[in-house]
Amino acid sequence: MAFYESVFIARQDIAAPQVETLTDTFSKIIENEGGAVKKTEYWGLRSLAYRIKKNRKGHYVLMNLDTPASAVVEMERQMRINEDVLRYMTVRVEELEEESSVIMRHRNNDDRPRRGFKDDGEDDGTKDLEKPAAEAEESSEADASSADSEKGES
Amino acid sequence: MGRSFFRRRKSCPFSGPNAQVIDYKDVKLLGRFLSERGKIVPSRITAVSNKKQRELARAIKRARFLGLIPYVIK
Repeated sequence: MAFYESVFIARQDIAAPQVETLTDTFSKIIENEGGAVKKTEYWGLRSLAYRIKKNRKGHYVLMNLDTPASAVVEMERQMRINEDVLRYMTVRVEELEEESSVIMRHRNNDDRPRRGFKDDGEDDGTKDLEKPAAEAEESSEADASSADSEKGES
Repeated sequence: MGRSFFRRRKSCPFSGPNAQVIDYKDVKLLGRFLSERGKIVPSRITAVSNKKQRELARAIKRARFLGLIPYVIK
């Protein structure tokens, strides 16, 4: 069993409930082959950066899988056949993300700040990620400028 | 002397403790390493280490494939 992250994009014309049934069918394939779907995430109707099969928008769904490779092969085969799926990508990962992915985090931060969605754990996670990064940048900037001044003197 | 004038040491943003994780889903992060035309900025400008630049390029290409970021910005 290995960990995979699978993202697929569904056609813009289909409704959200249909996307859900689509997700269910794919999850069922995985489960039939002895795998497990650890998490599914619906990113909503996002606009695509470029047109894919004449579509400007698409429903994005992310699935975190812990499954044998044969199940992935079968799921991808079904995705290829299904005309509602514009594009899919399955990537093998070392570890699966426990909390919601970056895209969901951004959305939560932007639209509705702090809405006890996946409360404490997630909020702490984002803070930890963002704050030290900013500090690191500052310090590296400071280093760079000091290096500059040294060079200038020489 | 021209050489020493422009030299500027900057550390890799993905190395060291509390570094950011490269993820193809993180559009905001990847956007910082793209030019105005949507090209990948060379590591000699962004100071990303060789190993991380390869990882970053892979992430950007995955994001492009999924239509999260464009191949070209016209």
